[in-house]
Amino acid sequence: MGALMLAQGGTFQPPDAESFFLPPIFGGVTKPIALVVASAIIVGAYYLIATRNMKLVPGKGQFVAEFTYEFTRNKIAREQIGAKDFRPFVPLIFALFTFVLVNNLFGIIPFIQFPTMSKIGFPIALAIVVYVVFHGVGFARHGFFGYFKHVMFPPGVPKPIYVLLSPIEFLQKFVAQPAALAVRVFAAMFAGHLILMVFTMGGEYLLIEASAAFKPVSIVAFAFAIALTFVEALIQVLQAYIFALLTANFIGAALAEGH
Amino acid sequence: MKVSNIVLAQASEAAANINPGLAAIGYGLGAIGPGVGVGLIWAAVINGTARQPEAQGQLQGIAWISFVLVEVLALIGLVIYFIASAA
Repeated sequence: MGALMLAQGGTFQPPDAESFFLPPIFGGVTKPIALVVASAIIVGAYYLIATRNMKLVPGKGQFVAEFTYEFTRNKIAREQIGAKDFRPFVPLIFALFTFVLVNNLFGIIPFIQFPTMSKIGFPIALAIVVYVVFHGVGFARHGFFGYFKHVMFPPGVPKPIYVLLSPIEFLQKFVAQPAALAVRVFAAMFAGHLILMVFTMGGEYLLIEASAAFKPVSIVAFAFAIALTFVEALIQVLQAYIFALLTANFIGAALAEGH
Repeated sequence: MKVSNIVLAQASEAAANINPGLAAIGYGLGAIGPGVGVGLIWAAVINGTARQPEAQGQLQGIAWISFVLVEVLALIGLVIYFIASAA
């Protein structure tokens, strides 16, 4: 009914999952592939340049580099893994945080405007890296059977409860948590990008296709798109933080001594 | 017989067409739980901070960890919405 009232020419086609399948730029290279390579180069180059000529009183570039490093090291790695063995994991967590952050921020940078993590393949690849690392260090720390005991038999539970608890703990550590890690960042980026597309494409449709009386309504749509871009910026930084935080949390849980 | 077949065919067609709508309603219902959960978590943080302002940093660390566990339910619901609405 609304569409009938509004439409002058053509009906509004709301964006859906198909909108995420972009045509290849050249050969088999699509926009997400180009962006993920660009993000690796950006992160690497930024830190090489920012740390090449370090000063005692940091400039802007050096301050951002130091702040991110200090934040991931102290607020994420040390707090979650513990002061005793967090050092070897700082590079991994720092790299994950900055990499996911840059890839997410691609979603709101003008003319790029595509969060790489809204394609499920990229978060899955990152989650596999995390999976191998945190189970790897768990096996190395507790031994093969020791680690299974560590995961499946948390102490301080009445014996019969283990019948229920052990399979749940096993599934949670080996399936649910890593899967949720990948799905979390994927779904947040997917939903955010979709919302922005709905408002901008809806506004565009109202501006171009709708009858004259409805054209001013497009201002509301564009205003919402701009407002939601700021919300999206918050969510993108938050998701990068959460990804690094959970990685550190998993590693910390795998390394924890039996109580 | 013919008529009932046509009616059945129409019914099945209609059922296929309302799938996206049903999925949207389902996601709306599914988002209630995580919404309440996230609200409870931050309500507890606000309460705790009001009682003991110096513990704010520590409380927020715990809150983020529990927040992501609840948040992921809503996000999984969103993924399920797209799977269900496409089928």
